[in-house]
Amino acid sequence: MSEFTGVRGTVWFRAFTGQASPMPGDPKSVLTADAPLGDDHARFLCVVPDPHARFPCARHGEVGLEEGYTLATRVRETIEQDKNTVKRPIIAIVDSKNQAYGRREETAGIFLACAAAIDAYGSARLAGHPVIALVVGQAISGVPLTHGYQANRILAFDDDGVVIHAMHKAAAARITRRSVEELEKLAKKIAPMSYDIRDYAKLGLLYKLLHVANPEKPSQQEVRNVQRELVAAIADARTSPVDLRSRLESKGALEMRKASILVRTKMEAQWLEK
Amino acid sequence: MSNQSYGANFINRQSFIELDARSRATALFDAGTSRELLGPFDRVESPWLPMQGVTPQEDDGCVVMKGKIGRQAAVVVALEGAFQGGSLGEVSGGKMAAALDLARVDNEKGIPTSAVILLETGGVRLQEANLGEAAIAEIMASILVLRKHAPVICVTAGTVGCFGGMSLAAGLCSYVVMTREARLGMNGPEVIEQESGVDEFDSGDHALIWAIDGGEQRYAMGLADALVEDDTPQVADSVRRLVSQGVPPVHRSSQVALYRNRIEALDSSRHWDPRELRVLWTTNGSEEEKR
Repeated sequence: MSEFTGVRGTVWFRAFTGQASPMPGDPKSVLTADAPLGDDHARFLCVVPDPHARFPCARHGEVGLEEGYTLATRVRETIEQDKNTVKRPIIAIVDSKNQAYGRREETAGIFLACAAAIDAYGSARLAGHPVIALVVGQAISGVPLTHGYQANRILAFDDDGVVIHAMHKAAAARITRRSVEELEKLAKKIAPMSYDIRDYAKLGLLYKLLHVANPEKPSQQEVRNVQRELVAAIADARTSPVDLRSRLESKGALEMRKASILVRTKMEAQWLEK
Repeated sequence: MSNQSYGANFINRQSFIELDARSRATALFDAGTSRELLGPFDRVESPWLPMQGVTPQEDDGCVVMKGKIGRQAAVVVALEGAFQGGSLGEVSGGKMAAALDLARVDNEKGIPTSAVILLETGGVRLQEANLGEAAIAEIMASILVLRKHAPVICVTAGTVGCFGGMSLAAGLCSYVVMTREARLGMNGPEVIEQESGVDEFDSGDHALIWAIDGGEQRYAMGLADALVEDDTPQVADSVRRLVSQGVPPVHRSSQVALYRNRIEALDSSRHWDPRELRVLWTTNGSEEEKR
């Protein structure tokens, strides 16, 4: 599965924008383009593999130093350009296995590069840009945090190649001192641990799960369907609060995030006590 | 800070690192002003750990306290590194996000309220994986709104340090306070060694780890705002000073052009001696961006 990471990102970026190139001055690993979407002109962003990337640990589609700061630059540019006009929708197409695991990255503070992208996406949402994440492949570990989770709405394909998770299986097993088999068994009964996107959908974090027969080769009709879903998500985001409360108020959240809701209710009551 | 003063204070210091999360939080407030919210007696614990045969803790390893710092309203959220490595689960993560949001509401009501988060954590609690990660994303969103009104100060003292998704949250904070013993980085040394090999990062090389992630280095390269000794009054002083300093003119995570240019200027064909970055990055970032 892993060697195909990045294929889907490029395919969907091209399907929406008609091209697959970075903006001038940007590394080849970050695609940015503006393209029509419904009645809007939307900004699309995607991190893709660049086998010749400057940093050796970021050549397979990882989110690294350059990727973090480039996403941040292009999102902030959108906020700046739309300051006094209609706020363009920002579409993050997500298909990256993980962040770059390297010594250079740690030395130069990759945590800040990722924070810069998070800051940009979050600021765009707060400024009134409808920010939509579309997970077409993998979104693991630091990837969804950096490029996706600050969105008003998250959509994903209902497909075995789509994984949203805090850590990939082998590493998660090692750290929790379990075998991969044990981990898989636990994941079957504990939804937040599951690697199956259909279980993820139960948590109440997703706006919608979309079906596409073959996400690597979508038909024109399927691309149009997904575009229609993006337009609907944009409209929903525009008429809703700019915070992330929808992830706590959704039907799934009422069932699966009971503890989160309880914490908030109790904390608020105690906060107001004298 | 000369070695002499470090040595002299060493004799009389009151270690902050040796305190548990509750005592750390208490120590930051003006004496007698703090009270705990959603404490252990409220018994809101992780619903997911018992299902896996892991004993939960009645505060889920996260202590929230409200009170005054320098006579100004503040909330302190402290992660307990001794419980599940300070990891963020649904409840501990939810407590932090809720505390930050309540501080934001008070600011909007005209009650200036700062937040201090004490991070000793490896990041997401893998037993609650996606709900931990979702909580971290919500904490980030909450920091971004709160820091418009009041400073959000991150303190990482050690010994766990601050890694994983929470290092990104630290990156969003208005100020970062560290000790020499603390570490701040996204990927822990073991993870890098596992994923990219021992030549990339030897996780047994402690000198290397601290040379890269350690408080002294992060401060010297401008990624932390204060370097303090492992001394409780000094940590509290530093936090009080930053609370009174208020919101910075530009947050570090918004200084994209500055850091993007710095990364572009680096020679990516080799590993760097971390001390090189102290020299290359010493110019004051916020000053540069303002010009």
